[in-house]
Amino acid sequence: MKDDQYYIQDIAVMRSMMERSTKFMSVSGLAGILAGIYALAGALIAHQYLYTEGNLTGLVVTAISVLILAIGSAVFLSRKKAAKRREKAWNPTAKRLVVNMAVPLVAGGLLILIVMANGLFILMAPCTLIFYGLALFNAGKFTYEEIKGLGLIQIALGLLGASFTGYGLLCWAAGFGLAHIIYGMYIHYRYER
Amino acid sequence: MKLLIEHLHKAFESRIRLGIMSVLAVNDSLDFNALKDYLDVTDGNLATHLKSLEKENFISVKKSFVGRKPNTRYFMTKAGKKAFDDHLKALEKLIKSRR
Repeated sequence: MKDDQYYIQDIAVMRSMMERSTKFMSVSGLAGILAGIYALAGALIAHQYLYTEGNLTGLVVTAISVLILAIGSAVFLSRKKAAKRREKAWNPTAKRLVVNMAVPLVAGGLLILIVMANGLFILMAPCTLIFYGLALFNAGKFTYEEIKGLGLIQIALGLLGASFTGYGLLCWAAGFGLAHIIYGMYIHYRYER
Repeated sequence: MKLLIEHLHKAFESRIRLGIMSVLAVNDSLDFNALKDYLDVTDGNLATHLKSLEKENFISVKKSFVGRKPNTRYFMTKAGKKAFDDHLKALEKLIKSRR
């Protein structure tokens, strides 16, 4: 007859297999911190454009650069983390995560283009926050559950920014910058050391 | 005590088979490569374990095409689900009874 430890180990195997095949655990806390730093830098540049030159092209270029840098770091660091866990980064759980985030993000992106076309520029930053928050809240089911909290913070900041015009960019910096850095640090220290 | 041990199914003695069943318990269906990634085993090893679970009627296959490539997906049968649940319950009871 086998001892207790053997059966306890059996249950541990079952648990870890279930988690491994339903949740994408290679999300990187470090990538969150980096995304926050890019966002803060981007917000500073955007501030210059908004209050000195009113240059819309510069603003859009800044936003796209921040986005590309953030996604690039996330993909790179996730792959590294997955390799460390001896998994492939682009596995079925990753696909599920991306699809579930893509729906609110694409809807939000299209809405922002419509908002822009109608000249409602003050609503752009709050819209990015709200839809990104919805995407994160959705993502919480497919990766670290704590991400749900980050999603709620983004949604709240988006609504705040939309109601107090003039604070849109500040809320954006708090959400994409500060909140990312704090959550990134939490994930990093809790799960990556 | 003896009775409890009998509820532990022989098919699940292997950690790899236990892993396959756990993964299929929480996913509708998975293809061979996905299973291989999660379990971190060789092709031959995985195929053998899949065959034996198929023989027990615990899992079944669904063949289809993705473009032109044949794609085989594995899923848990009702009998497999029941056996897996019973096994888990037996494990829990066993551990509790020994505390």
